[in-house]
Amino acid sequence: MKKKIFIPAALHAAFFLAAATGHAQEVQDPREGWFELWHELLVDITVLGVVFATIALYLLIKYRRRHPDDVGTGKEVSTFAALSWVIIPGLIFLADDVYLGAKNFELWNVYRNVPKNAYVVEATGRMWSWGFKYPEGGGIETTNELRVPAGRPVEVKITSADVIHSLSLPYYKVKWDAQPGRSTHLWFYPKEPGEHVLTCVEYCGMMHSNMYGKVIVMPEKEFDKWVEENRPKGGSL
Amino acid sequence: MNTAEAGAVRSGLKEWIFTIDHKRVGVLYLFGSLAAFLLAGTMAMLIRTELLSPTNTITSNPTTYNVWLYFHGAAMILGFIIPSLTGFFANYYVPLMIGAKDVAFPRVNALSVWLYWVGVILALLTFVIPDPPDVMWTGYPPYSVITTGNTALYTFTVLLMGFSSIAGGVNLIATIILMRAPGMTWNKLNIFVWCTLGAFVLQLIFIPFLGNAVTLISLDKYLGTHFTTPSSGGSPLIFENIFWFYSHPAVYVMLLPGVGLIYEIVATFSRNRVFNYKGVVYGGILGSVALSGEVWAHHLYVTGNPDWLTIIITFTTLLISVPVGLLVIGLLGTLYRGSIEYRTPMLFAVGFIFLFLVGGLTGIPNAMSAIYMQLHSTYWIPGHFHYVMALSMTSAIIGGIYYVFPKLTGKMYNETLGKIGFVLLFIGFNVTFFLTMYMGVVYGMPRRFYSYEQFPEVHGIQQVTTMGSYIILLGALVVAASWIHGLIAGKRAPENPWGSRSLEWTHTQSPPPPGNFPRIPELSDDWGPYNYGKSLGATEEER
Repeated sequence: MKKKIFIPAALHAAFFLAAATGHAQEVQDPREGWFELWHELLVDITVLGVVFATIALYLLIKYRRRHPDDVGTGKEVSTFAALSWVIIPGLIFLADDVYLGAKNFELWNVYRNVPKNAYVVEATGRMWSWGFKYPEGGGIETTNELRVPAGRPVEVKITSADVIHSLSLPYYKVKWDAQPGRSTHLWFYPKEPGEHVLTCVEYCGMMHSNMYGKVIVMPEKEFDKWVEENRPKGGSL
Repeated sequence: MNTAEAGAVRSGLKEWIFTIDHKRVGVLYLFGSLAAFLLAGTMAMLIRTELLSPTNTITSNPTTYNVWLYFHGAAMILGFIIPSLTGFFANYYVPLMIGAKDVAFPRVNALSVWLYWVGVILALLTFVIPDPPDVMWTGYPPYSVITTGNTALYTFTVLLMGFSSIAGGVNLIATIILMRAPGMTWNKLNIFVWCTLGAFVLQLIFIPFLGNAVTLISLDKYLGTHFTTPSSGGSPLIFENIFWFYSHPAVYVMLLPGVGLIYEIVATFSRNRVFNYKGVVYGGILGSVALSGEVWAHHLYVTGNPDWLTIIITFTTLLISVPVGLLVIGLLGTLYRGSIEYRTPMLFAVGFIFLFLVGGLTGIPNAMSAIYMQLHSTYWIPGHFHYVMALSMTSAIIGGIYYVFPKLTGKMYNETLGKIGFVLLFIGFNVTFFLTMYMGVVYGMPRRFYSYEQFPEVHGIQQVTTMGSYIILLGALVVAASWIHGLIAGKRAPENPWGSRSLEWTHTQSPPPPGNFPRIPELSDDWGPYNYGKSLGATEEER
């Protein structure tokens, strides 16, 4: 009798647990995801590199010419062996590719789906500065200075006033092109207050490398205070 | 005129300019590409020296620096790597390797090298005209349209080089298909010949797209059209897609003949058969050709291309690792049970294997759109593509020149100088470009930056990187010295100094006379360019 009660109870517990995590709307941080995938990838390519390099070194040392008249004694491979030497390594590479591709899309989905509660800022690249506009802050505008509240995802809608630029936030492992006549976006998750560089990374002429500024992540209260102090007079029209 | 009997070969300036001999056309390509290499290398040294300090080092004008960058990129790709591989080596080797007297259309061949030289001269005007192009070799609009720099010089150089490649491509493809010696069946062709065929098929398919792209920006800039102007319904994104639809396959235009040269060198100096010949040809070479047109958009992951395209391209780009992996396996397999002699060309081939391995593997992260979020347009990208194109292919070209030196000049180079040159280059390559990649991925250091005061962390690394580039310079000077020394004071080369089994070494003298062969070779069933196993003794034709 006890067992019969236990099973539905466990199912219920599992159900509530799942429902609870679903409600919490856990926002995944793309920066953390990037580091995780990068490290995995680094192991992947390092292993491949070490295996190939070791085989190469072994062959280069083992089969060095010992006598001037020596010739190689490699044999032509049979059709079966030839096909195997194409299909088996091919499948190994293919498997690795599919694995990496699948891992990539998990993270790509995180990068491309902006969380619903994101704080929105509009960025405009122009030769040679970044302009930021804060619609939620009544239309505050800043130049080369992106101020955002800590602990909330930030979406930057990007466009360009002249040529192609690219807004890069190296600390948050994210960047996206600013294309004239087109609106693009990126988002990042500034969890801690701090200051990080933001810069243009698409060549845009003479002062391209001077087209940089800061992303300033402020504690939420300070940020709200900054917004109130700088809100343009005449309201948010 | 019986060219084969022309004992005294005329060598006045007129005979060189108006030559229709494929070997001389090849040499004209070689001189042009070495000139381009010299200038592009000079630009590289200026660029690296400027980067010694975060702001003004040797020029206070960012535009000057940007022109150096433009010229370095355009000259290395369009002036040096492509023309030396598909111009010099392809022209020189293909008829000799397939047992033909010349190419199919010798006059078209002359036209192709003339167009190339006019392109080189046009590119050189960069240093003469008041507003040189400052658009980078990618020439992205709208910047290339609104700049005061002379974009026309860029577009016309590209068009001339493109027409030259098309003429060369038609010619060599026809030669390979129609002019193989009796008994030279498809499965007996040298790997280099297959690679050349693959490269030119790519050129013929994809060059029109490059011509199209640069024509769009010319029309926009000079005739007021709006193909790339968003306010009038145009799109810069269209240009980016068309540009890379050529320019990624162009990587394989360089890679394939480079790999082909390395196969020749490795097989010769291992005195061994090419491992899994059919797997290399039909899997590696033709596989690369087949996939190379489906990967362009990985350059554009963060531009505004639709997500569905990014998803497809991520997979197709990762897939390129399959044929390229097969090419590497074929190379390693060719070493297996070989008898490896470490002369200078072989050292460069060994260097190639390791540089290409690093370059290939560091390409995998570029295929992954999410990882690319950090890598795009940082130093990682030039680091990676220098490994896979510049360093690997320059190793192949320099090694290839050492390899062909006795055939080309009839003389031997100095082995010690050659080996010193290799060691310096290999060290310099790795110091410079490993650190370049490191700065890109760890700090997000962007490329094409005149100043980098916003990245104080990389200051010291930049200086070490520049020191690395000076080691490269030193290595290049030693290599140049060894060639000049060889030309002037080199010993007379034996007919077949490497003991190769390939036609160009066994069936004609060094240097080969006009018409190449005393008579067209007839090849028996058991002949093959890599048949070392039977005996090393002279064949019937060899004296």
